[in-house]
Amino acid sequence: MSGDRSKMLFISPGLIVLVAIILFPLLFTIRVSFSDWDVARPGLDWIGATNYLRLAHDARFWESFGRLALMAVGSVLLQYLLGFGLALLVWREVRARRFFRVLFLIPMMTTPVIMAVIWRTMFHESLGPVNDLVRLLGFAPLPWLSQSGLAMTSIIIVEVWQWTPFMFLMLLAGLMSLPREPFLAAAIDGAGPVRTFLRVTFPMMAPISIGAIIIRLIEASKILDSVYVITSGGPGTATETSSYYIFIRGLRDFQVGYAAALSFTYLVIMAISLTIIAKVLARVMLVRDHAA
Amino acid sequence: MNALYRILKYAAILLWSAFVIAPFLWALTTSFKTANGITGGPTYIPWLQYRPSLQGWRDLFHSGGGGIQIAGPYLSSLIVTISASLVSLVLGTLAAYGLSRFTYRAGFVRNADITFFFISQRIMPPVVLAIPFFLMLQFLHLLDTKIGLIIVYIALLMPIAVWVMVDFFNTVPRELDQSAMLDGCSPFETFWRVVLPNSKPGLVVAGLFCLIFGWNDFFFAFTLTFTQTQLLPVAIVSLNSSVTPWWSLSAAALVSVAPLIAVAFVLERYLSRGSLAGTIK
Repeated sequence: MSGDRSKMLFISPGLIVLVAIILFPLLFTIRVSFSDWDVARPGLDWIGATNYLRLAHDARFWESFGRLALMAVGSVLLQYLLGFGLALLVWREVRARRFFRVLFLIPMMTTPVIMAVIWRTMFHESLGPVNDLVRLLGFAPLPWLSQSGLAMTSIIIVEVWQWTPFMFLMLLAGLMSLPREPFLAAAIDGAGPVRTFLRVTFPMMAPISIGAIIIRLIEASKILDSVYVITSGGPGTATETSSYYIFIRGLRDFQVGYAAALSFTYLVIMAISLTIIAKVLARVMLVRDHAA
Repeated sequence: MNALYRILKYAAILLWSAFVIAPFLWALTTSFKTANGITGGPTYIPWLQYRPSLQGWRDLFHSGGGGIQIAGPYLSSLIVTISASLVSLVLGTLAAYGLSRFTYRAGFVRNADITFFFISQRIMPPVVLAIPFFLMLQFLHLLDTKIGLIIVYIALLMPIAVWVMVDFFNTVPRELDQSAMLDGCSPFETFWRVVLPNSKPGLVVAGLFCLIFGWNDFFFAFTLTFTQTQLLPVAIVSLNSSVTPWWSLSAAALVSVAPLIAVAFVLERYLSRGSLAGTIK
């Protein structure tokens, strides 16, 4: 009665607002994807699955998934390894560790597009400091933003700079909440640091590792801002991710119907692949736990 | 062996620190250059390598000719981010408390499903929402306004608040609620007078996360506003063209990321006290 009413009072405002803002656009997108809405003829006509047939043959769309996978998996893997390493480094017994912790957190607080603009000046072929460093190390300057492999590398470097702190934060919080007893037991058994890490630290960190990797993969699968600023998808389409391609079709060419079909397909593919990745990760990392 | 390990350890820490600081130092030194200081190739040390100038910093306050007139966008960004964060925090905290303390069921839907519905909104790629948002705000005559952006940001930030607060409320002992109920408090009074005052760490972390994600958004501000309303990231990125004024760009970038660097210090304090481990799982 009154208990039931008050529990609805807690949840309904947030739920209603979210449903109103998100669910309507999503349903609308699905409807629009079956229409021929574009600049010339805006409106909800019905053209059946034409847009979906078109995207099935759109090589540019499917190639963008390959690039997205490379960019997301590559950068998240690097972020995880580096973030874990850094968290272990400042976990204990380091001078000025609070200073370094703050310093390591800073990049993730800064606005990605704004830092991407700065990074773009740093990667400038003749006027930027990155090639200055390359020259200092005795190599020829590299065309960072105008050669496809290097443009991809540049974006991954910026992503690693920006988001390794997130991994670091999650993993450090995890390390700091670990119980002490297993470490004492390992020390009594005479296990060295490497053995302790493999048998004790890593298995206990597996659940939080999985969580952190999944969250980052979800965020990385949406990558668009930094691509827009650093390379604009170029050279050619060498760094064009799925989000960026949909952005071009929908908000540049204003092919609203087709972009909606692309969006919905992208969303479904992302949901399926992220679920599979989550399952596989959980199996691989937690099996080690049982073995130990 | 041990000494070598220590040296390697500090070398690694310092190397990463250098990588983290590099863009900030580059932006700082570039902000004092003029066109001459930039076209000569990369230089780093003022007076020795180039003649420093305050042009970049002066350009923050006027428009035209590389100027950016930063005060307006700065204020807009503050208003939009803070309003959206506050609304998200209030709605998200209420919902999170409900999800943590009561049992909801509607058909096959349970608490876990509702929580997942909230949090799963973070999976939605911005580009999927951009066109419907555009048409929706156009229909409501809210395109290119702060209110329109605030509405959109609430949808983006509330999932974060729910995520952090559900986890947080689950760590607050239920005995607290029960004793308050026994004293005759209604559910809402229990929440307002007893639980909320004990939830400061969770509220701070949730609020800061909302502020960070709101302040740092570019895409929605970029697609849903044009001339009347301009947020900071859009203003700065619009400087990025074929002839980019690197000096004012750098100064503007530093000014706009500064407030969030302060946030890093606050977050670290919570991390050191160990209260973040309970908040982030």
